[in-house]
Amino acid sequence: MSTILDKSGFNPDKKLKIVGSSPVKHDGIDKVTGRAKFGADLFLPGMLIGKILRSPHPHAIIRSIDTTAAESLPGVKAVVTRADFPELPKGSVAGDMSRNAMAREKALYDGHPVAAVAAISESIAKQALKLIKVDYEALPHVIDPIDAMKPEAPILHDHIRTKGVKDAAEKKTNVVERLELKMGDVEAGFAQADVIVEHEYDTKPMHQGYIEPQGCVATCTEDGQVELWCCTQGPWVFRNRLTEILKIESSKIRVTQSELGGGFGGKTGFYAEPIAVLLARKSKRPVKIVLTRGEVFRGTGPVSGTRSRIKMGVTKDGKITAADAELVFQTGAFTGSMFFNAPQAMFTRYDLKNVKTVSYEVVSNRPKVNSFRAPCVPQVVFGVEGVVNELAQKIGMDPLDLRIKNAATEGYKTIYGETFGPIGFLETLIAAKNCDHYKSPVPKGQGRGVAAGFWFNRGGETTGTLNIATDGSVTIILGTTDVAGSRISISMMAAEELGIPVDKVRAVMADTHALGWNRITAGSRTTYSSGMVIIDSARKAITELCRRAGLIWGVPEEGVVFEDGYCRPASSNVGEFPPLSIAEIAGKTTLTLGAIAGHSEMNVTGAGPGFGVHIVDVDVDQELGRVDIKRYTVVEDAGKAIHRLQVEGQYQGGAVQGIGWALNEEYVYGEDGRLQNPSFLDYRMPVASDVPMIDTEIVEVPNPRHPYGLRGVGEVPVTPTMAAIANAIGAVIGVRPRSLPMSPPKILKLIEEARAAR
Amino acid sequence: MNSLRYEAPSSLGDAIALLAGASGTSRILAGGTDIIVQMETDLIEPDLLIDIKKIPELRRIAVENGAFTVGAAVTGMELTDHVAFCKAWPGVVDGVKLIGSMQIKGRATMGGNLCNASPAADSVPALIAAGAIARIAGPNGTRDVPVENIPIGPGKTSLDKGEIIVSFLLPSRPSHSGDAYLRMTPRTEMDIAVVGVGINITLDAGGVCTAARVSLGAVAPTPLLVAEAGAALIGSPLDAPALDKLAQAAGAACRPIDDKRGTKEYRVKVAAVLAKRTALLALERARQNT
Amino acid sequence: MSGKYHVTTTVNGDEYEYLCEPQQTLLDALRDALMLTGTKEGCATGDCGACTVMVDGTMICSCLMLAVEADGKKIETIEGMAQGEELHPLQRNFLELNGSQCGICTPGILIAARELLYRNPDPTETEVRYWLAGNLCRCTGYDKIIRSVLAAAKEMRGA
Repeated sequence: MSTILDKSGFNPDKKLKIVGSSPVKHDGIDKVTGRAKFGADLFLPGMLIGKILRSPHPHAIIRSIDTTAAESLPGVKAVVTRADFPELPKGSVAGDMSRNAMAREKALYDGHPVAAVAAISESIAKQALKLIKVDYEALPHVIDPIDAMKPEAPILHDHIRTKGVKDAAEKKTNVVERLELKMGDVEAGFAQADVIVEHEYDTKPMHQGYIEPQGCVATCTEDGQVELWCCTQGPWVFRNRLTEILKIESSKIRVTQSELGGGFGGKTGFYAEPIAVLLARKSKRPVKIVLTRGEVFRGTGPVSGTRSRIKMGVTKDGKITAADAELVFQTGAFTGSMFFNAPQAMFTRYDLKNVKTVSYEVVSNRPKVNSFRAPCVPQVVFGVEGVVNELAQKIGMDPLDLRIKNAATEGYKTIYGETFGPIGFLETLIAAKNCDHYKSPVPKGQGRGVAAGFWFNRGGETTGTLNIATDGSVTIILGTTDVAGSRISISMMAAEELGIPVDKVRAVMADTHALGWNRITAGSRTTYSSGMVIIDSARKAITELCRRAGLIWGVPEEGVVFEDGYCRPASSNVGEFPPLSIAEIAGKTTLTLGAIAGHSEMNVTGAGPGFGVHIVDVDVDQELGRVDIKRYTVVEDAGKAIHRLQVEGQYQGGAVQGIGWALNEEYVYGEDGRLQNPSFLDYRMPVASDVPMIDTEIVEVPNPRHPYGLRGVGEVPVTPTMAAIANAIGAVIGVRPRSLPMSPPKILKLIEEARAAR
Repeated sequence: MNSLRYEAPSSLGDAIALLAGASGTSRILAGGTDIIVQMETDLIEPDLLIDIKKIPELRRIAVENGAFTVGAAVTGMELTDHVAFCKAWPGVVDGVKLIGSMQIKGRATMGGNLCNASPAADSVPALIAAGAIARIAGPNGTRDVPVENIPIGPGKTSLDKGEIIVSFLLPSRPSHSGDAYLRMTPRTEMDIAVVGVGINITLDAGGVCTAARVSLGAVAPTPLLVAEAGAALIGSPLDAPALDKLAQAAGAACRPIDDKRGTKEYRVKVAAVLAKRTALLALERARQNT
Repeated sequence: MSGKYHVTTTVNGDEYEYLCEPQQTLLDALRDALMLTGTKEGCATGDCGACTVMVDGTMICSCLMLAVEADGKKIETIEGMAQGEELHPLQRNFLELNGSQCGICTPGILIAARELLYRNPDPTETEVRYWLAGNLCRCTGYDKIIRSVLAAAKEMRGA
């Protein structure tokens, strides 16, 4: 049976009424009035405040925990330690997850939770934490992944043996996995090249920097029904993971998503939530835990730092013949960095036949990493796009022309096995070449850099429902979290399908009891996947509307068609009936056949890859090493921009996150293994005066697998950013930086070295 | 139960009595932009907070014959809104503006900025360069102390128990005077200075420098008054050779540390570069100020 | 041993009373005692501006003022920005021009922007950026925020 996934019904000539415009988003009013409820904004009667005790040691055996004094402090209603977590095998997925939520045998990073309390006030809870006695045996620690790979490095997990290595020695190691991904013959490829460029790069760990700290409220009844209100990028995933690590049946857990104050991948995993549930279960009262900013930096999931060696070769007339890379990713205290994205994506946009990559994932005494946009990819594109630039320089070719000449197109078989359908990389490059920014001369003293990026874009398991009320208005029930405004885009698609104004559609974000499984908001999948199931639901509802019209008119179902919000007779043969609106049909049904709705659950496929090209002009204060971003343009293929302002917003937000990552953001550790900058003062994200307006060009090369041709757009915009900025800095100072962040002292050093070398 | 007590005396005498008589840890609460942060991040746990914002002489800006008396608890916003003060001391205002965001300036005070005694305090170098005097009141009466003698180490001041800074006295400006404060931070705003430079100069009618005070922040355990740097400018028209000498003296005076905000080498280089730029800005203002 | 402090204060024109511990901040009091959750905590150290409110006509971070200090003061929060059903032009322009993505920074930014336009009805782009430097946003890259503020300024000038 053919489904919407086989036949999307995409029609490039269809005149669209709503899709492609920019209506005010329906959840906007709550955002501008402060009414929107985020994780910390729920209050329940009898609610307790939960606080977490965290290890001050980066690596230590936890010999014992004595909570008696804390438990007897008046006002304390529950105390939780590792003893309250079910035993799960070390090294299993659930075992790692549980041990990250609360340390079991060892504390593995500065900030690792070791105990928690719930009390009637925050000050009592804080006092109680001080009364908990933890007996630590401090162990030597290791922070840097290269150090962690050395034979003498302290070992975090006795059970780790490097995956992917034949005859991995029966020796303990911090190297979790060696992943080799290749195609063609790189030796032959390099032999064909006239110019070869090879460099090493390094990037520091950073943080997603969402402004909302994690906040949740958990309740647990006497018969074990758990309710969890939290900000999350995946209510169903959270529920499943709670089941896995706390051994509570999923049907007894209801996770309700609050509005999300930024996630960017960092809220796809839980931190305080299992602790809140256990405290609620023990106290039988609601427990709220809101992380402080310091806890967010120390105890959630930062972004991987990397080392890489990248080598590419090109012929003198501009054909890239081979690419080779060796990459090291740090994953923090537990595996799970998604490092495999890097070799799959790093060169994927160029028509390369010969590629070899070897990637390593390494644990060390830092918090376990979590995703950021395009997890593990921007860090290595930082290097790739520098090498591509240098190849262009060395053969005297314009940097965009070299990319145009080597652009992958439809039919290209990627290193991860997928063959591209229609893609828009070439179109995006050409649009970048023709855009106002690129055509205007570089202002005196400034430098210009360009870089290109790619992201797979994902589909995945999604469920949705579309309900038609008796007055003809529509609600759509969504599960995949709306991080920035996908709700309105999906409402627009529903309205377009049904031929009704978008104001007649309201989106509701469902909890885990009310809707089937939805995968996390990640992979730029939300508008695509939730759009797909809601369109499918709308079409099913339309089929039912036609059937009801047939019943009303006394004609067969096949004799009814749906157009622009009305059921009409398919032809005059069927009969002369005035068209029936959705409202008219819906209004007649409750007493007879019942409500009209559509429902859809599917593993959404067909997500089309996205490509972006960034152009940036920078100024460098050569006495201080300070970089100033003067002009920035993002050119990116959206397939079809459902809501134009939303799409622009994704491009702009991603670019500025990349600017911060490029210039100043990094985790700074002391010799003692403790994080030195767990605050927004010293973790330097861009402020409004640090950046210019970010110009955008939306390219639209439709993805025909989607009814409206859309492609995900959320992650592509971070991938080329740091590379573009580094290329621009190189154009000013004569040396292209290879280490992130490109902070003033490092840039000043490069300037001095370049001067000395001349 | 926590032991913190909050008091908000409305007279200087009451404040001094509270401070002098307190056992345990007491802190003055002016704007709270350092104290409250330190409490939130568990760096301090005071037993007594004395809110001084109800004491009139700490909240006044007065000017007499060109000399300013600025209450120690006047906020950054109030100071930057004061037209006459901005005209007379744009360098001090530069420093105050950089203490933090607009929101921070709504609360932060020069008294707090000085007494928190961070080596990187933004309002201090320009105050030192201005030759500001801190008027202190305590159980043993009042005394006047040049601002550069207040901080004695990171987080430490020379104030005795029970003493409060009441106000800052800035002398009247001779004509052809100008001051400036510049700092180096990685971002445009919201950062702690990696290096801060405050310079105050007076020129004669011929454009030759007759007086100069140079102060450096964030390059030593306390903000520095660098006599050699000031001397490098006196007698010169602030031409290139004089500025080079200034830069050298500034670099030589640094005793910086490596920390998450900057390395030793970087701070020394930046101090030299910023000294020149700050001097040129002060010069421009001095020339406009007739 | 210290007990709680009793505070009487005016918020958005309404008189409120609450009890607070001495170390609690105005932000804690607004959110936890008065349930006015429109003002957000992003960092509690004055570095992000999500908790921006007006106190006696001065724009501050409510995380850097003690709850006890609010006694006798007039506080304005995001909840008081709209006049009944009528949104403030800043709120309306943020909606039209998509100045808000996840929305967590929006209340602080709106309070700050309103104060800017009160002091300077015709700011340049640079002036807006420097005024809002104390309000972090991670979603929008600031572009549409600045455009929304400039558009609201234009509308309010009647230009």
